[in-house]
Amino acid sequence: MTHHTSMLLWIPLLPLIGAVINGLFGRRLGDKAVSFIGCATVGVSFLLGVIASVKVFGSHGEDRLVQSVYSWIKIGGIDISISFVLDALSVIMVMVVAGVSFIIHVYSIGYMRGDAGYARYFAYLNLFVFSMLVLVLGDNLPVLFVGWEGVGLCSYLLIGFWFEDREKASAGKKAFIVNRIGDLGFLIGMFILFGAAGTLSVDGLKQAADSGLLSTGVLTAACILLFVGACGKSAQIPLYVWLPDAMAGPTPVSALIHAATMVTAGVYMVARLSFLYSLAPTASAIVALVGGFTALYAASIGITQRDIKKVLAYSTVSQLGYMFVGVGVGAYFAGVFHLMTHAFFKACLFLGSGAVIHALSGEQNILKMGGLKKKLKWTYWTFLISTLAIAGFPPFSGFFSKDEILWKALSSASHAGWATGWVHLLAYLMGLVAAAITAFYMFRLVFLTFHGKSRLDPSVHVHSEIKVMSWPLAVLAGLAAIGGWVGASLFGIHGFAHFTDSVLGQAQRQAVALKDFAHSQAAEWGAAGLSVCVALMGLALAWYLYLKKPDVPQKIAERFKRLYRLVFNKYWIDEVYEALVLNPIHQFSIFLWRIIDEKLIDGLGVNGPAKLLRGVGGIARMFQSGNVQVYAFWMFVGICAVLLYVIYAAGLF
Amino acid sequence: MDLGFPLLSLVLWLPLLGALLVLLVPRSKPQIARNLTLGVSLLDLALALVLFFLFDPDRTGVQLVEKWEWIESLGVAYYLGIDGISLLLVVMTAFLAPIAILSTYKAIEKRVRGFMFSVQLLQVGMLGAFMALDVFFFYIFWELMLIPMYFIIGIWGGPRRIYAAVKFFLFTLLGSVLMLVAILVVFFTHYAQTGFYTADLFQLYETSLTATVQLWMFLAFALAFAIKVPMFPFHTWLPDAHVEAPTAGSVILAAVLLKMGTYGFIRFAFPLFPQAAVWFTPLIAILAVVSIIYGALVAMVQQDVKKLVAYSSVSHLGFVMLGIVALNSASVSGGLLQMINHGISTGMLFLLVGMIYERRHTRLISDFGGIAKPMRWYAVCFMIATLASIGLPGTNGFVGEFLVLIGTFNSEALPIVFGSEAAGMVLAAVAGLGVILGAVYMLWMVQRVFFGPLKKPENQKLKDLTLREVVVLVPLIVVIFLIGLFPNLFLSKVERSIDAFIQDVRERSQLVQMAVVDAEVPDADR
Repeated sequence: MTHHTSMLLWIPLLPLIGAVINGLFGRRLGDKAVSFIGCATVGVSFLLGVIASVKVFGSHGEDRLVQSVYSWIKIGGIDISISFVLDALSVIMVMVVAGVSFIIHVYSIGYMRGDAGYARYFAYLNLFVFSMLVLVLGDNLPVLFVGWEGVGLCSYLLIGFWFEDREKASAGKKAFIVNRIGDLGFLIGMFILFGAAGTLSVDGLKQAADSGLLSTGVLTAACILLFVGACGKSAQIPLYVWLPDAMAGPTPVSALIHAATMVTAGVYMVARLSFLYSLAPTASAIVALVGGFTALYAASIGITQRDIKKVLAYSTVSQLGYMFVGVGVGAYFAGVFHLMTHAFFKACLFLGSGAVIHALSGEQNILKMGGLKKKLKWTYWTFLISTLAIAGFPPFSGFFSKDEILWKALSSASHAGWATGWVHLLAYLMGLVAAAITAFYMFRLVFLTFHGKSRLDPSVHVHSEIKVMSWPLAVLAGLAAIGGWVGASLFGIHGFAHFTDSVLGQAQRQAVALKDFAHSQAAEWGAAGLSVCVALMGLALAWYLYLKKPDVPQKIAERFKRLYRLVFNKYWIDEVYEALVLNPIHQFSIFLWRIIDEKLIDGLGVNGPAKLLRGVGGIARMFQSGNVQVYAFWMFVGICAVLLYVIYAAGLF
Repeated sequence: MDLGFPLLSLVLWLPLLGALLVLLVPRSKPQIARNLTLGVSLLDLALALVLFFLFDPDRTGVQLVEKWEWIESLGVAYYLGIDGISLLLVVMTAFLAPIAILSTYKAIEKRVRGFMFSVQLLQVGMLGAFMALDVFFFYIFWELMLIPMYFIIGIWGGPRRIYAAVKFFLFTLLGSVLMLVAILVVFFTHYAQTGFYTADLFQLYETSLTATVQLWMFLAFALAFAIKVPMFPFHTWLPDAHVEAPTAGSVILAAVLLKMGTYGFIRFAFPLFPQAAVWFTPLIAILAVVSIIYGALVAMVQQDVKKLVAYSSVSHLGFVMLGIVALNSASVSGGLLQMINHGISTGMLFLLVGMIYERRHTRLISDFGGIAKPMRWYAVCFMIATLASIGLPGTNGFVGEFLVLIGTFNSEALPIVFGSEAAGMVLAAVAGLGVILGAVYMLWMVQRVFFGPLKKPENQKLKDLTLREVVVLVPLIVVIFLIGLFPNLFLSKVERSIDAFIQDVRERSQLVQMAVVDAEVPDADR
């Protein structure tokens, strides 16, 4: 059932109001008022979301709320309205986005204390929450796109928040531009859909898809192009390069935008349009493969990184890859499920890393940490819980969601056609290997940071933990621990899948590959057992290398020097892009300016005739008098002559 | 609605009155000249807003018409009228005038009266060109714009102002003269066919010209307009003119004068010679896309902020032209909206560049860095203008670009004239690259100017915006968001006019028949 309401608008609008107040008057209001306005607007917005979602939850996801605010762009056949929808899918997103945002806003009070740009920080952060809520609530693709580009802008502003640092500002710019590349794909995808369906509203597109109006070619092209947009926003190969650099922003920003919410927008978009993807098997296969490969590839880079935030950044890229495997193999709810649990544990991990960095006055190199377990108790335990979750150990949340994805990939492989079957199997295998690597690099991180002997610089004094930063960690760790049980299908709990069924179910059932999932309880347990086994292997290896024999990693790195350097330098991808794309474009542009514009057009075309005449001597003086009237006169005469001839030749007179 | 009151004339001639009044102000009282001009322009804006609200969006054709015979024997008339398209351009012209004038309060110190006189005369020329429906009357206004602009660049401009002014003058004059000849040809051909003289644009639309003549005449008009737009490869006057022009000159040049070119295509070149227009569409479409990419790439490597913004205009106007030739309601209205948007955003960027130039007497990107710190609000305004310029959703730029691209992508006309199904899609996709490049050159410039360490001592002492500057910028910011969030306010005014334009061109160019023929006749016949 669809209910009309007028409250949905206020969910995004409140944070926007907070952003405007803090942005315009924040410096005069003082830090206390700024924190209050920032947190309160997001908090109330979260509460509104809760109130609004009662109907959705009460109906077990069957009902939805819609609000059409006003007609935005109306011309010719185009009619786009600003309208929002709260259904089973967006309700999850609103809860996650507003909830995690609120927690991180509170955490930021402690983390950003005393920063000169305090008000600006909260204004940007609120603006982000606004954009993200517009993105998830948008009832048509253009409104979704408004949020989509809006979060990109906030990401840009917040990565370069400490703009006096050239590198940080540069990282922000890189993020924006790489995202823009993806956004062009998104735009063209929209154009294709509009051309074929004549509408861009989600309902309209669904009707068009259901009635068979959209050909497979159209669907495949549109889905692939939209996925290009997702690759930009959600940092998948080949557009992932901005995310590791994005760690230049304040750590709460990394937690909120670059881990928990914004980067999952691509996954959300695919789930939102699942009814299109399920009809485009080729596009879905690409999604699954790119996701699987990114999961594996980014995990491998995570092994060698030394910056605590960089490890987490590559881990985010990798985990997003899992989500795309989920939505790529047609298990849309599993992708969204992992999106949710990931928001909990990854936000907690980032905030934990922030607490460490804060305690060590800015140190981010894990080789210069160690033994922090005792001094940072809250941080350690919450970090450990989240690590267990991301590594996929039961009964923590990540275990259930990641396993759901892997299981769906595997179980669908045997039932799909041979091509799709291989794709799913390959995605599964990459995911499985990545799971082992994930456990390894995450426990490497834990051991190097919190265990063993302290390798701290003697000059560094470890600050004690701040309460306002600790309780957000606790809440998130709690969610990371138990949040997975809403979809613990191993134990027969299918709450998450059932709840989202009204939005994702149909697509899930019609996804070609998923017509039949294997329904063997034993096989499912077996697959889960295998996942846990590989995770244990990763954990054991990390324990052996970083606690038992801490001198071995160095030796391995030296033994395989070239391989190590290749991975440590992130496969030189940034450098390759620079050499193959950026530099040639730059050189070409200079050529256009200096040669085509200045030498050819101006030199020959404009100044050339004048110079030529100057050589003719006496006559030339007449033309080169610098007197405009004379120029004009001769030009007039010449052109008239030419034209009269033309007219004569054309036989007019 | 026809008022029985010459509102259009009032809007048109008020600045002339202002110009004459300025001459009466004693030379020693420049401030009075400034305030007087500002007051007149504000009054003119108020009248233009009345115009905006009086305009009935549900009526097709021109409104508020004023027509008096002038040279009866030649059929030349004092003939004014506006449709939705000219309405928006008139309102934008009137809106930017007080802003441009207020921006000169500190910048123009010498010959203030002369400057104020020129600006107002220019205003008359621009408003008249948008309102005139008699071809000779139009031509007079068209030429009238040229002279004050020439002086504005040549007298109040930068160090290379003479070169720039002459270049501007010659480029534009070249086009004007060709256009005049073409006007004469149409005028006399019409006489030959009907036996009476008229310079009424709508009657001249009906002149039947042979295909060859149409092609040549279109070419003459198109060249005049393409230079104004400017389209590649006729654009090289623009960077020079902009760099040397004083701020207010750049604002008016970018915001209004360039639109004369695009407006000319819609009002004159296309409806007068529809068949030729369609014949030339592939060329224009390709040049438009080349302009988009070329302008963006060259903007990327500029070292002078103002030159960068100037090249970005080439890119932005390419979108407008692409929208026009794609010839459907989305693309053309997007193109029209981009004309307005470019006026607002690029106008604002030029104003901002002028403000920093007044403080530092340099515009070289490398002379700055980190100035977001001493100039917080300046940086905020610059960022907003940048975002509007690169078409972020929520700002005006997005709506225009979106409509142009979606219209081009799904254009019915482009596949016919190119003879390829994919023509619109390819053009839209390539033009879309311009959207990416736009972000690259603007953000790269912003980064080098505003971010990074604040090293130079002269930058550390920079003062933030003054109250006057805030007053200059805030209306622009309001309009950026107004168009971005409520574009229907404006689109609804133009929808009828644009549909009429499209239908007219399609029918008289036989594009419709071409489509039918394409569909029905097998390849063997072609």
